[in-house]
Amino acid sequence: MMKKQGILAPFLFIFPALTLLLLFSIIPIIVALIISFTDLSLAGLADWSRVHFIGWNNYKSVLTDTVFAKAIGNTLFYVIIGVPLVVAFSLAIAIMINFGRSAFFKLIRLVFYTPSITNTVAIAVVWSYLYNPSIGLFNFILAKFHMGPVPWLQDPTMAKISLIILAVWKAIGINMIIFLAALQGIPKEYYEAAEIDGANRWKQITKITIPLMSFSIFFVSVTTLIGWFQFFEEPLVMTKGGPLDGTTSVALFIYRNGFQYSKFGYAAAGSFILFISIIIVTAIQFKIQNRHEKQGV
Amino acid sequence: MDSNKKSQKQAKIIVGVILGVWGFITFIPFLWMIASSFKTNAEISQIVPSLFPKHPTLDNFKELFFKLNFSVYLKNTLVITAFSFVGLFLNAMAGYGFAKYNFKGKEKIFLLVLATMMIPGQVTMIPVYLLLNMVGLTNTLTGIVLPGLVGAFGIFLFRQFMSTISNEIIEAARLDGASEWYIFTRIILPISRPVLAVQGILTFIGGWNSFIWPLIIANDEKFYTLSVGLQLLQGQHGTNYALQMSGATFMVVPIIIIFLCLQKYILDGFNVSGLK
Repeated sequence: MMKKQGILAPFLFIFPALTLLLLFSIIPIIVALIISFTDLSLAGLADWSRVHFIGWNNYKSVLTDTVFAKAIGNTLFYVIIGVPLVVAFSLAIAIMINFGRSAFFKLIRLVFYTPSITNTVAIAVVWSYLYNPSIGLFNFILAKFHMGPVPWLQDPTMAKISLIILAVWKAIGINMIIFLAALQGIPKEYYEAAEIDGANRWKQITKITIPLMSFSIFFVSVTTLIGWFQFFEEPLVMTKGGPLDGTTSVALFIYRNGFQYSKFGYAAAGSFILFISIIIVTAIQFKIQNRHEKQGV
Repeated sequence: MDSNKKSQKQAKIIVGVILGVWGFITFIPFLWMIASSFKTNAEISQIVPSLFPKHPTLDNFKELFFKLNFSVYLKNTLVITAFSFVGLFLNAMAGYGFAKYNFKGKEKIFLLVLATMMIPGQVTMIPVYLLLNMVGLTNTLTGIVLPGLVGAFGIFLFRQFMSTISNEIIEAARLDGASEWYIFTRIILPISRPVLAVQGILTFIGGWNSFIWPLIIANDEKFYTLSVGLQLLQGQHGTNYALQMSGATFMVVPIIIIFLCLQKYILDGFNVSGLK
């Protein structure tokens, strides 16, 4: 009796969660792959006989879609500018917070963490107001210094930068916490020895802290990169992808084709291109990291 | 040595000033949001803004709840948040199953679970929608809750913590004739309180902020959450910033208060979960 229970028990514990993961994560990948080779749309949903396999056609037309090309360009813009900024700022703030142990430094830690737990939609609504060209706070402050007005969300390039500023502001908190945990794991003796050798604060940071943090920097870069490849809610709420598709990300392109135009097959093909790009870029990052470790850095 | 101490203190002050200024700038959007939510829209539209409202008013909040549907959105959001705690419990169960039992294929299944973290939401979005549509769960609260109920990250964190619980406690309970379920609910869960606290708070925040599934699954305003409702409000009352700021304040401030009360658990929780 007891033995029987012992064999069954683990499966009973993992069964509910595993079933849900299978249904909503693993099986959908296979379904998405199949759909991406069909012309499934709203008509097809009502009547399955109207769904046809069309081979690579979706992939071919997505890759020649000028809006998709724009979305890829925009996403690369977000990733190339946004990711280094997130890593650099959260690392810098973590190192600075690690200077002190007083209540002030603890308070600052809370201040920087707060944006990352707040609702993206609410925050996007608030920043849309801050960015308003005529009554927004930012242009008002700039005008005080006889600058501006800046077309925060009205110019395609500026709009991308504005979205990046907001997203970096929101992303600093969680990554700063990860860096702080790593910083606190560095033995104090290292710094004491360096001080005896006469190394100044800056040297200590560049020669001891950052090399010892290489793994957490790698971890934060990988997770941030994956996140920015899927940049979605900010452009959806703040610009709807405009002006002139200047802020449309690949994720927003997929959402729009899938749920606004009901071109399910087309959107699924786009989503697979995104998925494969993420896998390739992540693999490259792992390769670089491995090489660094082998070199003993 | 004395000059060294002095320069260290100087460095600390400089760093403190930089952090203070940067921190203040970081907090400006929140201050501006809260102040604006008590202003009239006429005051907001003035070319020269003031930080504090000249005639503080609660009209915006009244309009949200009595004229618009925010009370419905709030109810839906709370229901969804409550259900997401079922997901938390399922994650804990799975975490325990992976941490404390040996069975065939365990490593492979666990790797499969972890691999789901790699899948971008955009890939599963369409098939999950079609699946829920097929079984008639679109435009229902169940359909909104189900897709995000369990998550690999949660399972992983529970497994990490529960692997550190000693086997002897479990063995002793088994010898005393306790059932596996009794051991899990009466012994394992109470010991796991630190990780439950972190996960509980994160689950609450996640439920309160849920946006993408309600947006996709709900076609009817009566199933909208606060996030979706606020997005709708922004579309319909695009120029009424006072109203928008009060909606945003209502969503953001409760989370900040909960976070401030429980921050010790969240920030220390990163150490508990071994995420170093």
